[in-house]
Amino acid sequence: MDFTHTEDRRMISDSLRRYLADQYGIEHRNQAAYEAPFHDTGKWAELAELGILGALVTEDQGGFGGHGFDIAVVFEELGRGLCPEPVLGNLLALRLYAALGQTERVDAIIAGTARAAVAVHETDAFVDLDEIAITANGSGDSVTLTGRKSVVYGGNSADHILVVAKNASGLGLYEIAPGDAEVMGYAMIDGGGAAEVILENTQATTLSEDARGIIEAALDAGRLALCAEAVGIMDVLRDTVKDYLLQRQQFGRPIALFQALQHRLVDFSIEIEQARSIVILAASKLDAEDRALHIARAKNLIGRAGKLVAEEAIQMHGGIGMTWEYGASHYAKRLIMLDAQLGDTEDQLRTSMELAAA
Amino acid sequence: MDLNFTAEEDAFRAEVRQFLKDNLSDEIVAKMRGMEELTKEDLENWHATLQSRNWLAAGWPVQHGGPGWNATQRHIFDEECSAANAPRIVPFGLGMLGPVLLKFGTEEQKAEILPRILDGSDWWCQGYSEPGAGSDLASLKTKAERDGDDYIINGQKTWTTLGQFANKIFCLVRTSSEGKPQEGISFVLVDLDTPGIEMRPIRLLEGGYEVNEVFFTDVRVPVANRVGEENEGWTIAKYLLTHERTNIAGVGASTQALAELKMLAAKVSRKGKPLSIDPIFMAKVAETEIDLEAMRITNLRMLSADATGREAGTVSSMLKIKGTVIRQSINDLARRALGPAACPFPSEEVIGNLAVAPPEAARNAADYFNNRKLSIFGGSNEIQRNIITKNLFGA
Repeated sequence: MDFTHTEDRRMISDSLRRYLADQYGIEHRNQAAYEAPFHDTGKWAELAELGILGALVTEDQGGFGGHGFDIAVVFEELGRGLCPEPVLGNLLALRLYAALGQTERVDAIIAGTARAAVAVHETDAFVDLDEIAITANGSGDSVTLTGRKSVVYGGNSADHILVVAKNASGLGLYEIAPGDAEVMGYAMIDGGGAAEVILENTQATTLSEDARGIIEAALDAGRLALCAEAVGIMDVLRDTVKDYLLQRQQFGRPIALFQALQHRLVDFSIEIEQARSIVILAASKLDAEDRALHIARAKNLIGRAGKLVAEEAIQMHGGIGMTWEYGASHYAKRLIMLDAQLGDTEDQLRTSMELAAA
Repeated sequence: MDLNFTAEEDAFRAEVRQFLKDNLSDEIVAKMRGMEELTKEDLENWHATLQSRNWLAAGWPVQHGGPGWNATQRHIFDEECSAANAPRIVPFGLGMLGPVLLKFGTEEQKAEILPRILDGSDWWCQGYSEPGAGSDLASLKTKAERDGDDYIINGQKTWTTLGQFANKIFCLVRTSSEGKPQEGISFVLVDLDTPGIEMRPIRLLEGGYEVNEVFFTDVRVPVANRVGEENEGWTIAKYLLTHERTNIAGVGASTQALAELKMLAAKVSRKGKPLSIDPIFMAKVAETEIDLEAMRITNLRMLSADATGREAGTVSSMLKIKGTVIRQSINDLARRALGPAACPFPSEEVIGNLAVAPPEAARNAADYFNNRKLSIFGGSNEIQRNIITKNLFGA
């Protein structure tokens, strides 16, 4: 047994950590995260140069990573740096393009010359793939799509949008050019961009008519990424709370000397270690048969630990933790909101119960 | 033991309900349901509406323009206002300074200031906390030095809620540095137009603007503006912390928020079924409802006991802790009910044109974040626990 990362993974983790610390300070982050296009296109190109997109797919697919731990180390650092770049949306797209052998798209995304997003959710199907209502009209080369895809992560800044839609054989995957649809972008409350994608007889290219398996696998990769991002965020919040307790003086001493607060910091630090462990387990299972169960379990625990850490971090800071100006509040916001992405604590609990019983 | 309201109380409830039905506009109800920030005008208009019926200053005695209600009537009024989605009454003048003047003010101060609170001439805000004096409020440093018939005030206050709408501020200031810190504090009233005062907004984490920093540089205030004796302001601060907190548990507001949550759960779906029949989610809603039901009785029980002294301190601290935890739990569930539809930043464009979430729920995530303040302000829940501990052990 060995819990250390490989040299290659340590390198990408270190260089990404340094880059974000140097180049993506919280003030710049908050400006980029809330003003269209809700990320920094210049920094996107530099992140691509660092190789963080290449790390998300395997060597065979044109990258140099692609395993659970590759995704985990990248997203843990994105969390630590509170990076609002649309890496999640591009991860989903990369995994799908790579699974389908679309090397041209894979290469362009890895190079940072194209961005993509995956449109899955609909307003009545925010979690379950079975509820997707948009149906491909036609087949082969002449397919059109009509309907609305909702909260498409990174959809506002994508050059290509992959649309999940129903067809005769189940779920298919179709590609559209954003210009052929109405794409309405907006900031998310925790920063970064998403979009509503309104399709109306929108011309689409069929990438796969039977894509359910690869869609589920890509979404699980996304869930793992969110879990790892949460661990990076939680580490920062723990350090920030600890520093604040040591520095904040009330009643003539640092508030770190109050046992009631010490124990709360300890309790949530224990949950952070639990979170780190279950993400390691889930990362090791990304290519395994029981992937879905382990990913669901990880994201359930992350949801519970994340809520505790975020709420305690705000509370233990007092008023200052409630302010926009204070960095930790933005970390807490992201930690709470990432739970809602790709199935929340309760959704993962349902999935865990179903899969464990199967 | 009788948990029923009397016939008179039921009649009072019906009267309040009818008044709210006749006087609350659809526009305000929609804003309240959608958790929109109300404008100064919205709030002033609502105050004026209530004042027209003599119901604005719920806790004030009749001779000073209040309705002279007992605790149960005030509770009923609060429940009905919340259920009808009425704006909350801005507490700084009506619920805080008013009772302070009634207890500690001179006859001149009462005669001059109370009517101006009632008719809306003055909007008061609160200058208590400082950057270095939050939980340890008694360590406050904003200084008021005597110069003839004036004080000269220097220092900084913070977390001043709705200070941007106010023309007056009541402050705790240091008038002596001798003895225990609590012994050198005075309570003074300051006109915000006085030269040397600067107010700066603080943006909250969800993006809203409701609190401010207030800076005082050589601000000259007549000594006559002091309430109570010099160096006895701490008594006033403590009085406010333990009295006039009838509504501290927020039972009415939580009841209404829970009703909204249930309506939302029936509207959104998980796995092809309404969320309102999903056992995992609804188990949490049910637990919260059980807690709220118990708190409703705790609140009534403690109101009718009319506690005094230490006991009153424990009661209001308990109600504050439990009330805020329940409210925050409802906020948490209301955000979760939406799934990813909670994610968009609630700009007018997103709410008005995109309608990712039902319009009344579009600010659920923002409201969840904003209401994290409930367990921090007005004496954090940690400070409330300290108060209960002290009373419990008689320390």
